Formats: sequence, C-alpha cells, structure tokens
Amino acid sequence: MRFAVCVFPGSNCDYDTYYVIRDVLGKDVSFVDYTVGKLHGYDCVVVPGGFSFGDYLRAGVIASKTPLGNAIAEFAHRGGLVLGICNGFQILTELHLLPGALLKNKNRRFLCKDVYLRVENNSLLFTRKFERGDVIKLPIAHGEGRYYVPEEELRLMEERGQVVLRYCDEDGQTTEESNPNGSVSNIAGVCNRGGNVFGLMPHPERASEDLLGYHHGIIFWHSLIS
Amino acid sequence: MKVKVLILPRKGLLDPEGRAVKEMLLENGFSVRDVRVGKLVELEVEEDTDVKAIAERFLVNPLVEEYIIE
Repeated sequence: MRFAVCVFPGSNCDYDTYYVIRDVLGKDVSFVDYTVGKLHGYDCVVVPGGFSFGDYLRAGVIASKTPLGNAIAEFAHRGGLVLGICNGFQILTELHLLPGALLKNKNRRFLCKDVYLRVENNSLLFTRKFERGDVIKLPIAHGEGRYYVPEEELRLMEERGQVVLRYCDEDGQTTEESNPNGSVSNIAGVCNRGGNVFGLMPHPERASEDLLGYHHGIIFWHSLIS
Repeated sequence: MKVKVLILPRKGLLDPEGRAVKEMLLENGFSVRDVRVGKLVELEVEEDTDVKAIAERFLVNPLVEEYIIE
C-alpha cells in the first residue's frame, strides 16, 4: 500500500505522519509538494495538520485552491482514499469533499489537550478495526475546530452514517462538557457519502505508539493497511 | 478601481469574536444589542472584473458567511 503525505507551506504534522507510516507501519510513503498537480500511483493520500498558508482568509481555503488541492479532489473523485487530519480536515471541507465547515472554537481558545471520542461508524476502511461505540483517547490541537453543518444536512448525514467520531466523556456519554470546541452534535470526524474521504480534528499520527501513552491512534492506520 | 468585499459570519451562527467584543462594550457601559466581527478585503481591479465570482468562489464560504460588495 502506497501513501502520499501532502505538504503545503505551513503544514507542520507532515513529518509526524510520514514517520508513522514509514517507521511504525513500515509502509511506502512519499511527500507531495503543493505545486504538484497530480496524484498517481498512491492508494491513500493524507492531508496533514498544520497552518497551511498561515490560515489566512479561512483555515484551509488557500491550500484548497492550489494544484495539489485540485489533485486531491480528482483523486477522491476517482475513489481514492483521502484522510484529512486537523488542518487537513479543514482543507477537505473547503474542497467540498466533506460537508460542513470548521469555525473558531466556542471558548475562543486554542485547545491543546487529550479528548475522548466515541466511534460512531466502524464500517469505513479508516475505522474497521474499531468496534462501534468504542471510546478512544486522542490529542487535539486547534483553534478552529467547531464543526458546523445545517440541521437538515446533519440529519441526512446521520442517516447515511457520515458522522464517524463524536467527542464524549470517559464513559462514552456525549455531554456538553466533553465537547471541547462547541461542534454541532459533538462531531469530531465525518466522512463523505462514498466513505473514501474521512476528516477528523484529533491527531491519530501523534498517538500511534504506546511509548507516547496512547493506544488508539495506531488503530486507524491498521484499519487502512489491513 | 477599488472594490471592497465585506465578509461577516452568518446571522444566527455563534461568533465568538463578536461575543467577546460585545461583552467588552457592555462592561464599559455601552448598551449594544449585537456585535459581529468580520473582515474586509479590498481589491484593486479593472472595471469589468467579476468581483461577485471572486467573492463566491474564493473569499466567502456561503455556508457560514455572508458578504456585501461596495
């Protein structure tokens, strides 16, 4: 399985992602620069976290208008697997590959901490090694992670299983207190209708080794490569 | 010519920045009902430039923002 890790000016989780794929998983991975307008020969494209183009105008929008942005959209439309983490999630919503938008956190703070998440859909290639309802712990690090989608669209997304992860407490209850950024319906991760594009605000690539004190990030990668 | 695109968060959507400014003004004795904080993009363009297209395709996310061209 061949991975691509997208690199935009301001990406800063690109090396973490590359490291996990190459050194932890032992898989083939290449960096792809934002000036490159095609993505051929890859099975999975990862759009990593960071502050692409300084988050100017809106987080993710400038990256979405680059040659690589267009190539990601084309790759996704061909059915390729696309994973967007944090800023990568923001870029995928700006590309309209995923529904909704990510707004400034409700409490106006940059949040850098661990959160609990409930796995709502384990039928994706990204999540199939989880059980539905699993409660997992991952770190978040974002200032603009408040997921928003209009009510009507949210209802359709629920029906189609597009809500993949929800913020919850340690017991798996989706309370207001466990919602760090004010996202609608505690949403932390969503997929497209085809299930081949997945975006999430938490960082599995920072939580993929037991040594770091996390045991769940690696499961996303194992789901992908199994 | 110079064209201004004023971008604001959609009404009804929580605007944390606007809320912070509102709270500041209330605490300083000004009775404001609502505050929204947006951004201003000033473009220097030819007369026939399609500013609406620029706004809708690049500058504004219509899902969460509204805009005025001046």
